[in-house]
Amino acid sequence: MNEALLRSLTPSVLAILVRRGADFAAAEDAVQDALVEAVRVWPADPPRDAKGWLVTVAWRRFLDATRAEAARRRREDLVDEEPAPGPVPSVDDTLQLYFLCAHPSLTPSSAVALTLRAVGGLTTRQIAQAYLVPEATMAQRISRAKRTVSGVRFDQPGDVATVLRVLYLVFNEGYSGDVDLAAEAIRLTRRLAAAIDHPEVAGLLALMLLHHARRASRTAPDGSLVPLAEQDRGRWDTGSIAEGVEILQAALARDRLGEFQAQAAIAALHADAPTAEETDWVQIVEWYDELTGLTDSPVVRLNRAVAVGEADGPRAGLAALSALDDSLPRHTAVAAYLHERDGDLATAARLYAEAARKAHDLAERDHLTRQAARLNTRRRR
Amino acid sequence: MAKYLLLKHYRGAPAPVNDVPMDQWTPEEISAHMQYMHDFAARLEKTGEFVDGQALAPEGTFVRYDGEGRPPVTDGPFAETKDLIAGWMVIDVDSYERAVELAGELSAAPGAGGKPIHEWLEVRPFLAAPPTITE
Repeated sequence: MNEALLRSLTPSVLAILVRRGADFAAAEDAVQDALVEAVRVWPADPPRDAKGWLVTVAWRRFLDATRAEAARRRREDLVDEEPAPGPVPSVDDTLQLYFLCAHPSLTPSSAVALTLRAVGGLTTRQIAQAYLVPEATMAQRISRAKRTVSGVRFDQPGDVATVLRVLYLVFNEGYSGDVDLAAEAIRLTRRLAAAIDHPEVAGLLALMLLHHARRASRTAPDGSLVPLAEQDRGRWDTGSIAEGVEILQAALARDRLGEFQAQAAIAALHADAPTAEETDWVQIVEWYDELTGLTDSPVVRLNRAVAVGEADGPRAGLAALSALDDSLPRHTAVAAYLHERDGDLATAARLYAEAARKAHDLAERDHLTRQAARLNTRRRR
Repeated sequence: MAKYLLLKHYRGAPAPVNDVPMDQWTPEEISAHMQYMHDFAARLEKTGEFVDGQALAPEGTFVRYDGEGRPPVTDGPFAETKDLIAGWMVIDVDSYERAVELAGELSAAPGAGGKPIHEWLEVRPFLAAPPTITE
């Protein structure tokens, strides 16, 4: 039973049902039913044509559900006869599904859930586990999302940027439960990159691959965070890095820079350094300047201050930092780091402790508390 | 089985015996503490007594309804004197005695100098659903 194959077929099966005239919400339910049936039946009785099997079963489920509905008469014309198998859906159909599931009328959490189910082929239970909410809650979120987009015509062109934002959100969620959301985000972005020729899609895929390559080295055995400079670079996944760099270079060569390409370029410079000391911080600062021009995001300016601190010394970093709003998330943590580099351990320790109180996630809080403890311990000796 | 909420306070509980802020511990002492907490939760999962555990940020706001068509009124951040919850663990155990025993173990988590913190934890029984058979 190949779950990866099963899930990779999901969007095209769904697209076929929609092409045949099924409305999106009902078609999506029918495809989920067919997937569940496949998991049950295939191990003992594998089909010769997996996709054909799924289309047939999903279409029957759709017909059953539609017939059972009160509005049956209205739909009788449509469901009277099972149509001949439609043409193989083009790449465009899958692309339209991505657009629909990331439609701007959806909230980010709804778009993420719908994308994982309709495009990713995950079950509601798996998505609920991954986001640590009850299954009934996730089921409602998905069905509301489907109602929201049910009026959207399937052939309207969408905006790639909205799709990329959704995939980026999925990637950043990491992994919990039995689903690796980062790996799932990479899989879906890879498919998107195959369906559409767009440098920012390539940029996001490269960014994900370059970050994913470092995952094993990012946490210690006890679960604590390991900062980039202290990571064991021997544990970085060189295959993933090479693929990310290659995809990025091809994208950059097209001279249509976007924020994901710029972020990937920074990640590539980190991946390229054999040791933390050999990092090309001057070039990284240049990429942050590009990124600032593209997004003007305060978070980017904050990261730029760190890079300036490495390239031109901690005083220069602190000067760059002083121009920024100190209520920004991680502002205090960056200040602590730069003061430590500058040799002011007392200030750094105080700021690390303060940053820990302001942290937004547990791993980060524990990490910052440890940093404060490390400096306080050193000062006492 | 009965559910109990074990509450840990940032403020509002009596001071623990070993009252040293975590940023004044050594990194090794922090690691030992984390390991203890992790092992405790893992052991309760194994015994079938663990339900949920979450940590809360030290910030928060009071909010109340302010009448039709008006935005809610907010009051905050919390004053320094307010009782402040740091996190909770929900356990499902056979007796009140077991709940107290577990809270005692949790309070023995190592702190500064590797010695138990003796932190005060609040043990609160859930109001249960009515039993099916009442007579």
